[in-house]
Amino acid sequence: MEQKPFSRGLLSSEADSQRTLYPYVTGTSVVALKYKDGILMAADMGGSYGSTLRYKTVERMKSIGKHSLLGASGELSDFQEILRYLDELILYDNMWDDGNSLGPKEVHSYLTRVMYNRRNKFNPLWNSLVLGGVKNGQKYLGMVSMIGVNFEDDHVATGFGNHLARPILREEWHENLSFEDGVKLLEKCMRVLLYRDRSAVNKLQIAKITDEGVTVSQPYSLKTFWGFSAFSNPTAGAEGSW
Amino acid sequence: MFRNQYDTDVTTWSPAGRLFQVEYAMEAVKQGSAAIGLRSKTHVVLACVNKASSELSSHQKKIFKVDDHIGVAIAGLTADGRVLSRYMRNECINYSFTYESPLPVGRLVVQLADKAQVCTQRSWKRPYGVGLLVVGLDELGAHLYYNCPSGNYFEYQAFAIGSRSQAAKTYLERRFENFTDSSREDLIKDALISVRETLQGEKLKSSICTVAVVGIGEAFHILDQETVQQLIDAFEIVGEDEPPVPEVGDAEADQGEAAAPAAEEGAAPMDI
Repeated sequence: MEQKPFSRGLLSSEADSQRTLYPYVTGTSVVALKYKDGILMAADMGGSYGSTLRYKTVERMKSIGKHSLLGASGELSDFQEILRYLDELILYDNMWDDGNSLGPKEVHSYLTRVMYNRRNKFNPLWNSLVLGGVKNGQKYLGMVSMIGVNFEDDHVATGFGNHLARPILREEWHENLSFEDGVKLLEKCMRVLLYRDRSAVNKLQIAKITDEGVTVSQPYSLKTFWGFSAFSNPTAGAEGSW
Repeated sequence: MFRNQYDTDVTTWSPAGRLFQVEYAMEAVKQGSAAIGLRSKTHVVLACVNKASSELSSHQKKIFKVDDHIGVAIAGLTADGRVLSRYMRNECINYSFTYESPLPVGRLVVQLADKAQVCTQRSWKRPYGVGLLVVGLDELGAHLYYNCPSGNYFEYQAFAIGSRSQAAKTYLERRFENFTDSSREDLIKDALISVRETLQGEKLKSSICTVAVVGIGEAFHILDQETVQQLIDAFEIVGEDEPPVPEVGDAEADQGEAAAPAAEEGAAPMDI
């Protein structure tokens, strides 16, 4: 098969076919909040291929170095690329072998630079990232979008989480939540997302990061309630329909 | 040191395993006017002798602020020093932009040393003819480093470089064990006394010396002439005598971090 060098015209280069134009396998919302001892982050384990819930055991939260935790929604292959960048970053940081290490604030800034630079080249990493961590007792929670918008807050969410989970968190979050209360609050948010977000799957992980380190829970499911009276005889108001 | 047939190129080894061009570069540092640094757990002080070449001219700038938490004093070819300061400022600002965090001084010093090393291994370059006393903060506290034209760097509790620096080093060697817990004011006083030692009899005035401080909670800044003169007057009124050295057991440490490299016959200075 011969490759005709000018087959695509003079206006677009071959490099264009390498740019990210749409996401293919995507993860849905990530929700995170600051609590008394650190950060709690929750994400389900689904990887959707368009409207098909194709992959059901995708880890969308990973620990970065000693002090940080990264959660991502959006294109999963781009998330894996970001993990490779961060791997190299942390490796070089460790190779200095001095008493200094990159904390969550530094990792967040670095990611912001990466995302913004890619956006400027019209080749974005199609992700919304949540970066949380604790260093020397200081808690940090931030977000970076695929166009490089970044900010820090006491609670963050990506995707649908912004619309469904943030309002709950605005009402019910307060400083110095205990671990149990934090988990309950996150589960409340994830349950709403499970009911209302089409790309959510009922298998989630909750991750905790404190000064001692990162722990990611085993996958588990939320209990859901479908026993509404309107569901028992759904066609009562429209005979013959289903 | 005498001229010999191995000293023309920096890329020529002598049979004794020395690079003479690099050693000559270190001689250039010894010809520059003195610069002194000392540190405690929380603060570092730089002081240097700033003589103008004539009454009509201004003083040579020898202390540079590199970032809020890092500063440098130079001795030797000041033009080389200026170029390296610009490099350091650039590295700091780039790191700050990417990571929104200050560059740890220990890492900057290694980058600087690697840059100097390159010039000892290229036939079309020459070593930088300047010694740098780099002071700054990182996660572990306050640090003082000396960067050599050879590409070596060392961390010090206190050090002096430049002409007549041996007098300052002798003074510092006697007192360095107390520096870790010194207050900021005592540290500055010790720095000024060290500068006075290098002047060998000449009167210490704020017009011929510059002092700079950096510490935890205190950004790097050069003290203005008035403040320095007040400090000089304060301790000179008390007496020209050096304050008594407190008994801390053996004041002489064999591995004294303030010790000058041994200038024995045959030993290459950069090996120490």
